[in-house]
Amino acid sequence: MGEASKLSRYLYTVIVLFVIWIMLTASLDPQELEFGFIASLIIAAFTYPIFTTAGLSNLHPKKVAYAIAYIPYFLWAMIVANLDVAYRVLHPKRPIRPGIVKCRTVLRTDTGKLSLANSITLTPGTITLDVDGDEYFVHWIWVPDEALTDNEEEHVKVSSANITKPFEKFLKVIFG
Amino acid sequence: MNALSITGEVLVFIGTFFYFLSTLGLIRMPDVYNRMQTSTKSATLGSLGVIIGTGLWAVGKGYSPAWIVQTVIVATFLLLTNPISAHTLIRAAYKTGIPMWAGSVVDKYDEHLKAKAQAEEPEEEGDEE
Amino acid sequence: MIGLAVYLSLIAIATLLSTYRVFRGPTTIDRLVAVDIMTTITTGLMVLFALYYGRMIYISVALVYAILAFGGVIAFARYLEGGL
Repeated sequence: MGEASKLSRYLYTVIVLFVIWIMLTASLDPQELEFGFIASLIIAAFTYPIFTTAGLSNLHPKKVAYAIAYIPYFLWAMIVANLDVAYRVLHPKRPIRPGIVKCRTVLRTDTGKLSLANSITLTPGTITLDVDGDEYFVHWIWVPDEALTDNEEEHVKVSSANITKPFEKFLKVIFG
Repeated sequence: MNALSITGEVLVFIGTFFYFLSTLGLIRMPDVYNRMQTSTKSATLGSLGVIIGTGLWAVGKGYSPAWIVQTVIVATFLLLTNPISAHTLIRAAYKTGIPMWAGSVVDKYDEHLKAKAQAEEPEEEGDEE
Repeated sequence: MIGLAVYLSLIAIATLLSTYRVFRGPTTIDRLVAVDIMTTITTGLMVLFALYYGRMIYISVALVYAILAFGGVIAFARYLEGGL
C-alpha cells in the first residue's frame, strides 16, 4: 500500500481531530464547533505527516463496516476471556499451565500489528510479550497438549490457529 | 427508577465485581506473568462496566445525554491504553530476568533470543580473524 | 442509594487487596502491576463520584488522571527495562 497524496492525508487528519473534539466537548454549540474546526485545521497542518500514511482510503465504506462489526465481536471475546479468568481465579485448585508460545501473523502494516497485539492481550488467557517482524511471542495461561510438540512448524501452526486467526479476518480488511 | 438507571446500576455492579476478581487474582497467582494475565483483563472489563454503567445511570437519573458521550470517551481511552501498559510491564519483567513459575511448560521467547544472539556472534568472530 | 454503598465497599476491598501486593510483592514489577491496577480502579471511582456530585466536569478529571497514570507506568517500565 503506497502513500496517499498530501491533501488526502491532511483531510483525514482534520476529520479525525474534529470528531474527537466533538466527543470531548460533548456539545453542539455553534461557537464551540467553529473553534474546534479552526483548531483541527491548524493542528492537522503540523501533525499529518506522522498521523497517517493511507489518508482518506481509511474511510472506505467496507473498512468502516468491518470496524463496526469488529466492536461487538471483540467485546464478546473479552467477556468470554473474563469468565475464563474468573473460573481460574475462583477455582480452589488454580488450574493454570502457563508458557510462552510463538505465533505468526499475515498482517503487514504497523497499525494492524498494534491492534492485533492489543486484541490478543485483552482476550482469553493471553498477553503479547514481544513482536519481532511477523512473529508474536505470547504468554498463554493454559497451553494445550497439541502445542507442546518438538516440531517447530507444528507448534507455530497450532498456536496461530488458536490465538491470531480469529482476529485476523477482521483486522486484515480494516488495516491491511 | 427506570430501565436505563437499572441497566446502569447492574453494569456498575458487574464492573466492581470484576475489580474484586482482578485483585483476587493479583493475590492468588504464583508469579508475575500470571498475575498480569488475570489482573489486566478483569480490571479493563471492570472499568468498562463501571464507566459506561455510570453514564447510563446518569442519563436515567435525568442528566443530559452528554454524560454518555463523555463516559464512552474515558472507557475507550482505558481500552486502548491498558493493553499497552500491560505489554511494556510484561516485557520489562522478562528483560529484568524474573524467572517463570516452576509449572511453566514452554518458553519459545528464550529460544528466540538465544538463536538471535548466536546469529550475531559468528559474524563478529569472523571479523576478528 | 444502598447500591452505591455495595459498589464502594467492593472497590475498597479491591484496593486493599492490591495494597497488600504493593507492600508484599517480591519484585519491583509486582508492585508496579498492583499500582497499575489501582490507578485503573481509581479512574472508575472518579467517574462514580462525578455521578454522586452530579458534575459532568469531574469526568474530565478522570480522563486526565488516566492519561497521566498511563504515562507514568510506561516511563517506569521502560526505565526498569533499561531502555529509557
